[in-house]
Amino acid sequence: MNGIITENPTFVLLLGMCPTLGTTSSALNGMSMGLATLFVLICSNMAISAVKKLVPDMVRIPVYIVIIATFVTVVQFCMEAYTPALYASLGLYIPLIVVNCIVLGRAESFASKNGIVASGFDGLGSGLGFTLALTLLGACRELLGTGKLFGLTLAPEEYGSLIFILAPGGFLALGYLIAIVNKLRKA
Amino acid sequence: MEYIMIFIVAVFVNNVVLSQFLGICPFLGVSKKVETSIGMGAAVTFVLALSTIVTFLIQKYVLDPFGLGYMQTISFILVIAALVQMVEIILKKVSPALYQALGIFLPLITTNCCVLGVAILVIQKDYNLLESVVYAISTALGFALALVIFAGIREQLAMTNIPKGLQGTPIALITAGLLAMAFMGFSGIGS
Repeated sequence: MNGIITENPTFVLLLGMCPTLGTTSSALNGMSMGLATLFVLICSNMAISAVKKLVPDMVRIPVYIVIIATFVTVVQFCMEAYTPALYASLGLYIPLIVVNCIVLGRAESFASKNGIVASGFDGLGSGLGFTLALTLLGACRELLGTGKLFGLTLAPEEYGSLIFILAPGGFLALGYLIAIVNKLRKA
Repeated sequence: MEYIMIFIVAVFVNNVVLSQFLGICPFLGVSKKVETSIGMGAAVTFVLALSTIVTFLIQKYVLDPFGLGYMQTISFILVIAALVQMVEIILKKVSPALYQALGIFLPLITTNCCVLGVAILVIQKDYNLLESVVYAISTALGFALALVIFAGIREQLAMTNIPKGLQGTPIALITAGLLAMAFMGFSGIGS
């Protein structure tokens, strides 16, 4: 359960920055991206842990990548079928879960050495940490940018500054959030 | 003219790092020195151009005719991983000097999401082969440009007095935010 706070993949380890910035223009988008990654993390961690003794050391990375890509494709098609609006707004970032360093990182550093159940929980922990971070960042940007939270209006639209929804705001908001998290961790 | 437009839009208006958020990891990771950032930029340009040609041909001549569209993600990432490995081996034999210069950056490129991202984007945008190559090279140049500018700023930043809480990653991200704002000045061109 380290993955959620002390080893949070986004705020502390700084992994998976591209989807973190690219998909958090609203809280809902951030959370959906987090959940999609969570699913891939759990499944790929368990599958890799199950085949770890069969895979020769030399080719382990390509094998891991194929396993991860398989689950990403599953997620991609499920989202395209059941949540087309969400699929359209997350777009390119869904197939890009394959190259999210968190997924391959957990496969290499945890699933390749531990049992199936433990690996599943490790995936759950890291995935939840990632989801939490994305939801938080998405919520900040949505609130500052439009005055809404998960689509609910909290402040009049005029108070929002569009910059937080656009690209620069993503960098700024994440920068300050990491500064706050660093401060809290030291305290 | 059309190709010049693709070039300008990909380098300045839709800069891959600063407005599309692809390739942030190397952007933050290898931007402490201008010298290394130039090496990384060169390596990415090289691999991106090559991989886009190969994945484009695979999509048009293998996946499309056989109705294997669902294998896109899997086949593209494998091709990119194999290609990076191959480039590394060939460079080592053919041009040890270039290999020395790019060496450490090559393996990192497999997990650079802008490589897979561009491969998928050119298919989505329905470009032809020449347009894809122009797009890939200009995207990579945009990446290199952002990386080199950012590295230059960070070199200066290392000598300044930064509030304690913001040291390290936070200030880097805020700097990137300001840089992205500067690049927003280009928006509107080509639309």
